[in-house]
Amino acid sequence: MHTTHLENLAESLRGALGDKLIGIQVRHGELTINVHAEDIFTASEMLRDDPILAFDTLIDLCGIDYLMYGDDLSEKNNFKSRRFAVIYHLLSVDRNHRLRIRVLAENNDFPVVDSVTDIWPVANWFEREAFDLYGVVFTGHPDLRRILTDYGFIGNPFRKDFPITGHVEMRYDAEQKRVIYQPVTIEPREITPLVIREENYGDCES
Amino acid sequence: MAEIRNYTMNFGPQHPAAHGVLRLVLELDGEVVLRADPHIGLLHRATEKLAENKTYIQSVPYMDRLDYVSMMVNEHAYVMAIEKLLQVEVPIRAQYIRVMFDEITRILNHLLWIGAHALDVGAMTMFLYAFREREDLMDCYEAVSGARLHAAYYRPGGVYRDLPDTMPQYQPSKIHNQKQTRARNSNREGSLLDFIEDFTNRFPTYVDEYETLLTDNRIWKQRLVDIGIVSPERAKALGFTGPMLRGSGVEWDLRRKQPYEVYDRIDFDIPVGVNGDCYDRYLVRMEEFRQSNRIIKQCIDWLRINPGPVITDNHKIAPPSRVDMKQNMEEMIHHFKLFTEGFHVPPGETYAAVEHPKGEFGIYLVSNGANKPYRLKIRAPGFAHLAALDEMSRGHMISDVVAIIGTQDIVFGEIDR
Repeated sequence: MHTTHLENLAESLRGALGDKLIGIQVRHGELTINVHAEDIFTASEMLRDDPILAFDTLIDLCGIDYLMYGDDLSEKNNFKSRRFAVIYHLLSVDRNHRLRIRVLAENNDFPVVDSVTDIWPVANWFEREAFDLYGVVFTGHPDLRRILTDYGFIGNPFRKDFPITGHVEMRYDAEQKRVIYQPVTIEPREITPLVIREENYGDCES
Repeated sequence: MAEIRNYTMNFGPQHPAAHGVLRLVLELDGEVVLRADPHIGLLHRATEKLAENKTYIQSVPYMDRLDYVSMMVNEHAYVMAIEKLLQVEVPIRAQYIRVMFDEITRILNHLLWIGAHALDVGAMTMFLYAFREREDLMDCYEAVSGARLHAAYYRPGGVYRDLPDTMPQYQPSKIHNQKQTRARNSNREGSLLDFIEDFTNRFPTYVDEYETLLTDNRIWKQRLVDIGIVSPERAKALGFTGPMLRGSGVEWDLRRKQPYEVYDRIDFDIPVGVNGDCYDRYLVRMEEFRQSNRIIKQCIDWLRINPGPVITDNHKIAPPSRVDMKQNMEEMIHHFKLFTEGFHVPPGETYAAVEHPKGEFGIYLVSNGANKPYRLKIRAPGFAHLAALDEMSRGHMISDVVAIIGTQDIVFGEIDR
């Protein structure tokens, strides 16, 4: 998208959202705004109904866990000590522009964000997914159930402190003649170690 | 008088019309659907979590396994997201190859869709016809990447290798003698481009055959017309993209509206529906067959006369050639580093989307500067479409649910991820 178009969009966002907007960044031709968790419902309503913005579709909604993002980066992006966020990707089919919203949840132990299901019905399943995988609770959601994990699953598997092997494994038990759950027997292993290089390593500008 | 109660029925996950592992809990009043509650996740493999524990290159084959009937387009969105963060230029020839294979993949996907959809509705022959053509396109995949399905052909910075000059040939066997084998090999004498061109010349006739079978077929129309109507406003609110949105009459195609690669240099039309029912979505996809065929022809013409590199020469991202690697110390180090540690992506976040055969397929990538993604979110078009199944099937008969599942082009690899 052209820069002038993005600047115009940023300008109309400032006008429409006013003090609800707490941060605006442009990177890689994409616009990201930050909104407080308590404002997301009213802000979304404005974004959809404003004739210039007209975000008629919610393309994606996902949770994210900033636990191991790196102190410097969290500092730079003002995540402070907050761990969970919900990322919204909006699209306006009418006006042909996109927007990303980041909403940081206030409480790390019990992250709560308002549901936007009433504004974009597509959010229903996306919010269920974020609830399932990250444990983010969406207030006002009509049917907040787990969606991707197994019936009776315990925990939130995409949190950074959840091991990739999981906690339980399933097998058929010949004596009891049924499928049982038991603690995992495999050791966690790392095939390729995670490496973070210093800045500007290998001439790649950040 | 006997009490009349609603009836709750379980549909799938082991059902031929469930397209894999869909479990539907249907609340019925007689034969009328009052509520449909899809239970998904039976194919959940936590691809996004796995990707967080793998280097960027190691996750490319996982993308093939998302929507396993349109493999290369999934890879496309993934490599585009990485390229955006790395700000690496993709050679123009690689862009044309990508566009050509995107469209081959679109035909592959729609062929499976028309086969499965018609089979669900009761037309067995379509399935056999569709698989006849898929065979040729699978051979293209095989010639270029070595694999018929899970290609892992698109790489950050370009594609794995250039198009081959020869096609693999059939060998005589007990079933096919020398003469028959020669006839089967007749369109495999030249390069891959010759083979694809031969296919694009034959393919419009095949689409005509499909249309003869279905478009004016009375049974087909009785099963599809006025089933699962979605208004344009509702389609947007429900997050529909791709043929599902176009079927409702919204002219929206990322290839045209937000062009990526070389789609802005290519001539094609966007078909749209009028009523937003299953039949219109069928017509939209049938026209996409012809448009994809047109795009492939244009790519072939360009690729014939424009040789060049197909992957970036930045060896921090793409491996050097085997010859260079064995003769040059620096290239050796590059090779070693790439295949042990992988490349590093600068910190940041991006969203890259492509026009997938099913809709908008997007990758939201967050990097913290490591050799592995910090967070990878896959936006699967089928996920939003299946979420609307409840609304689309309400008030219809139970047999219409099968037609609606077919029109949504559900594949569980991408929905469950």
